[in-house]
Amino acid sequence: MKKIKNILFVLCLLPLAAFASGVEVKLDHAPIQTTDKLSLQRGAQTFVNYCLTCHSADYMRYNRLRDLGLSEKQISDNLIFTGQKPGGLMHTAMVKKEAKQWFGVPPPDLSVIARSRGADWLYTYLRQFYRDDSTATGWNNLVFDRAAMPHVFYQLQGEQSLKVEMVDDGHGGKHEVKKLELSKPGSLSKTEFDKQVADLVNYLVYLGEPAAAYRVQLGIVVMLFLFFMLGLAYALKHEYWRDVHH
Amino acid sequence: MGKLMDWIDARLPVTAKWKLHLSEYYAPKNFNFWYYFGSLAMLVLVNQLLTGIFLTMNYKPDSSLAFASVEYIMRDVNFGWLIRYMHSTGASMFFVVVYLHMFRGMMYGSYRKPRELLWLIGMLIFFVLMMLAFTGYILPWGQMSFWGAQVILSMVGAIPVIGEPLKDLIMGDYMLSDAALNRFFAYHVVTLPILLLTLVVVHVLALHEVGSNNPDGIEIKKNKNPETGIPVDGIPFHPYYSVKDIVGVVGFLIVFFGIIFFAPEMGGYFLEYNNFVPANSLQTPDHIAPVWYFTPYYSMLRAATVNFLGIDAKLWGIILMGGSVAIFCLLPWLDRSPVKSIRYKGPYFKIALTLFVISVFVLGWLGTKTPTPLYTTLAQIFTVVYFAFFLLMPWYSKIDKTKPEPKRVT
Repeated sequence: MKKIKNILFVLCLLPLAAFASGVEVKLDHAPIQTTDKLSLQRGAQTFVNYCLTCHSADYMRYNRLRDLGLSEKQISDNLIFTGQKPGGLMHTAMVKKEAKQWFGVPPPDLSVIARSRGADWLYTYLRQFYRDDSTATGWNNLVFDRAAMPHVFYQLQGEQSLKVEMVDDGHGGKHEVKKLELSKPGSLSKTEFDKQVADLVNYLVYLGEPAAAYRVQLGIVVMLFLFFMLGLAYALKHEYWRDVHH
Repeated sequence: MGKLMDWIDARLPVTAKWKLHLSEYYAPKNFNFWYYFGSLAMLVLVNQLLTGIFLTMNYKPDSSLAFASVEYIMRDVNFGWLIRYMHSTGASMFFVVVYLHMFRGMMYGSYRKPRELLWLIGMLIFFVLMMLAFTGYILPWGQMSFWGAQVILSMVGAIPVIGEPLKDLIMGDYMLSDAALNRFFAYHVVTLPILLLTLVVVHVLALHEVGSNNPDGIEIKKNKNPETGIPVDGIPFHPYYSVKDIVGVVGFLIVFFGIIFFAPEMGGYFLEYNNFVPANSLQTPDHIAPVWYFTPYYSMLRAATVNFLGIDAKLWGIILMGGSVAIFCLLPWLDRSPVKSIRYKGPYFKIALTLFVISVFVLGWLGTKTPTPLYTTLAQIFTVVYFAFFLLMPWYSKIDKTKPEPKRVT
């Protein structure tokens, strides 16, 4: 009986939990093209320069980046800063235990982050940090309230601040609309910064499933073969069934 | 060659069994589209066994290594991604094929005398299949693996009297842990596949004893050629249906590989997005939903909200959920219609079956959603519709206006 109560308790909490996290922010569409190898290369560069410092990609090997049109030497010279061999996994330099002390939670592994979060969420999240003095890091995020992660791109994007406006909803009531405003410009323009984040998200999508491009290529060949086989199988059946009278 | 066969046949009845089950097994000649799904279920079974063996070679049943080992298969094992997607898509397609196979049986009355036992063995296969799906889904050790298992296991624990010790026995621990993962791995790769294979063999043996039903629901064995003793409406399974099934197999593979190569996650229905997050026992996900094939039952579990007859609402949910599956076993005795096939049954049955199918789809859809008061009411209504299909069948199948069955298959 106690257990049933536990399950039901959990089940009853589910709608609440969904409600709590349900401050729905409209996600921006991530303008990515996974076949664009130059974009993926730029994304990989941003990834090793910014993300890999705290996050890991423990299921990914550096030399797999040959998928992006890079040679092993280019990978060693430009993308490995941890002294690892090209065949090594993309570990982070940070010690998990210490990271937990610093951020409250260890930064999650990013190998399959695009598969759980989706490209649009990542693209929106990375661009929606704003200054908030009430948090431990001094940053907050519109998509992920009180995210433990600080704004790592603030030098590029600049600093944004939150503007809450009361907007007439047309039915006599008012509702809050949260907007971000650039209060201190960064070294990149908005277009440049959006493009850099898009490249990074493109790379994260690739990272989630490196075999995806090949999967689709192979799929087309397999489909052509199967349709050919279908014709053959049907002809065979037709021939055998000639003498069955209905 | 002839001499070799004679030598073997004197020691092992290969030729006799080949004839009995294939070249001289007479199946009705009027099988339609719905009759592909039996052989397709066998195909998916073989697919699961073969891909499963290759996955086992690289998977690690260890709570700290399992998630990483699946990603290792996806990235570092040659064609590991293909093997894994064939297995994960195969699991979902197994249910697609089996649901259609069961629906075929319901349409054409394949559960009726003399096929009651065949139907019951089929139901046993379905139970084992559900257990296989459940144990398999735990193995990647993602968030949905963990929390989905948590929900199901607490349900086992809620069974009166034996629940708690049974749960501990299944898990081998007092909580979902590394020891439990090891057990589930053992069930998934040894116990349940052996059971499933055995039951499938028994299912086919029972089928070949009573003979196949057909879309007209009449017995072809009643009309035999007096000279040969062969049913006049029967044709040998091999080569007629063996070549016909090849068409079905290739057609199925087009859909199967279409999903694998172009949409392996199937929009989060075949592989849930949240299962790409490693299991974390300290962080309950916002929304726990089972994979699509369990969502109708999940809806019924959540639909029970009132205490009734001195039984807790919670226990009712579990009774409803178990009952919704178990009640299929009663079908052979609930159907009182003088005819078997939907072709000759009356409007009541057709309406009832349509409502049943609608309720399964609605409950399935609701099971993927976070419950709201409206959704809960809907789930309750359609749970009633679902059970009414079975419980009212003795009544509506008896008074229904049926058409006469033909003498020969059409």
